[in-house]
Amino acid sequence: MHEPASVRRYDNALIEPAPVRWLLIVVTLAFLAVFLLLPLVTVFVQALRNGVSTYFSALTDADTLASIRLTLVTAAIAVPLNTMFGVAAAWAIAKFEFRGKNLLTTLIDLPFSVSPVIAGMVFVLLFGSRGWFGPWLSEHDVKVIFALPGIVLATTFVTFPFVARELIPLMQAQGTEEEQAAMTLGAGGLRTFWHVTMPNIRWGLLYGVLLCNARAMGEFGAVSVVSGHIRGMTNTMPLQVEAMYNDPGEYSAAFAVSSLLALLGFVTLALKNFLEWRHGSELAALRGRG
Amino acid sequence: MSTAILPSAAAAEMSATAPLTLPNPARSVRGVLPGFGLSLGFALSYLSLLVLIPLAALFLRAAGLGIEGIWQELTSARVLHALGLSFGGALAAAAINTVFGALIAWTFVRYDFAGKKLFHAMIDLPFALPTAVAGIALTALYSEHGWLGAPLAQFGIHVAYTPLGIIVAMVFISLPFVVRTLEPVLEEAEQQLEEAAATLGATRRQTITYVIFPTVAPALLTGAALAFARAVGEYGSIIFIAGNLQNVSEIAPLLIMIRLDEFNYGGATAIAAAMLVISFAILFGINLLQAWSRRHA
Repeated sequence: MHEPASVRRYDNALIEPAPVRWLLIVVTLAFLAVFLLLPLVTVFVQALRNGVSTYFSALTDADTLASIRLTLVTAAIAVPLNTMFGVAAAWAIAKFEFRGKNLLTTLIDLPFSVSPVIAGMVFVLLFGSRGWFGPWLSEHDVKVIFALPGIVLATTFVTFPFVARELIPLMQAQGTEEEQAAMTLGAGGLRTFWHVTMPNIRWGLLYGVLLCNARAMGEFGAVSVVSGHIRGMTNTMPLQVEAMYNDPGEYSAAFAVSSLLALLGFVTLALKNFLEWRHGSELAALRGRG
Repeated sequence: MSTAILPSAAAAEMSATAPLTLPNPARSVRGVLPGFGLSLGFALSYLSLLVLIPLAALFLRAAGLGIEGIWQELTSARVLHALGLSFGGALAAAAINTVFGALIAWTFVRYDFAGKKLFHAMIDLPFALPTAVAGIALTALYSEHGWLGAPLAQFGIHVAYTPLGIIVAMVFISLPFVVRTLEPVLEEAEQQLEEAAATLGATRRQTITYVIFPTVAPALLTGAALAFARAVGEYGSIIFIAGNLQNVSEIAPLLIMIRLDEFNYGGATAIAAAMLVISFAILFGINLLQAWSRRHA
């Protein structure tokens, strides 16, 4: 800030005294270093403490590779589903007026206030061996719980709001004028969406997909309930971390697999910050939402 | 309808390639845009199938236990302790994050210092780092031989495998909420008001208490509520550091997990329903409080 000298004279009434400022900065940095930086550094230090070869053998372990595959498959189903939902919900909510709109917006955020364990549990109550559809499913030899469908369902539940809640405020802020102009000029619905709406929301969409994917790949509690914890079969990467961590001989291996997940978090953060920096003005409608 | 390929995203450029057609009067009931029925229909079905019906099934199952059955499940010492720990811990974590979150947001919005951008980019780490990873990293850090656990143990403070560890994990997981909700409000707060207060002779402390705090208070409350809601249900980052001792450091989500493993669906359902009802009631109460504070602002 470059203010004229005459203004600067009143600074002492507008800004805290220098010692207070320094104290606040030091406390902020210390808090962030202890709570965020140290845990992150710990992951990599513990992962590498038995040497690089142990590190890579933990990553190329057959069970680890199976867990990576399962995590990728799960995210590849859950994220596109929630993206389609997010776009559809945002289109309906932002472009049209209807009764119950506020209720719908509130309900979309619902999974955020449901414990992940409860998110997994509801599917056990429905599809588990003693659940409502359990007997019917076992008669027809369909496995949902302790199998891929259950893992996908639980993951989709906990990552449900991410794309929608990024797109709704963004599309609401943009209004309907551009789409109406395109339609009036003869463009069809789909063409209007792809060529008018899409370019306006693509960065917000990417932002939502990024956060959705990070949570989908990293989800632990919900998946833990429905997975059955079979190594090499129904363990996703976070569950593989738990399995290795609980085995005294694989303590460091647990951190090796963790380092991959930390890397995923790192890339997510970097892309997120890049989007905020590069397309911040287009994402302005998102600011202020947790 | 024109079949010409659109030259660019700008609707204005279409006038050159597409003939003008009048909007279909049948569509204009809801404006000219199509897809209302389709998008709302899909959104509602998806929401119902994935979220609403499964949650309703949970409450239906709880209702099947009867009031007496639920009461019996919930009033055992073990369940009461677990619920108290989850809600009490989340309250403590939300309080810690409200104080430090406000401080962090203030520092980042108002001051300049070396490494500011890098530290700021880190704030969302708890959202990006999988909870299991956070859990084992925090445990390694705070265990007796850990970088932080060893020096703390010299003072007789034990974090890992105690309820204190649960609060540390909850603080970690809900740290970004307060900072992120407060920052935009602080950025948009009009500094002219502070200038006016200063010109009228207010000290900096008076300006902060009577001018700045009331403007940011609603955002602070929203951030605290989000942090609380997240911490109450948290499982992954906590179970590694908690030690999970019955009646000492056993959180409610873990007890649900244990009941499910025992195939005691009734017990699990009662705890889950209680957690959801209490959470929703608290969030609803905070919404009411905010509506009230807006009316009386």
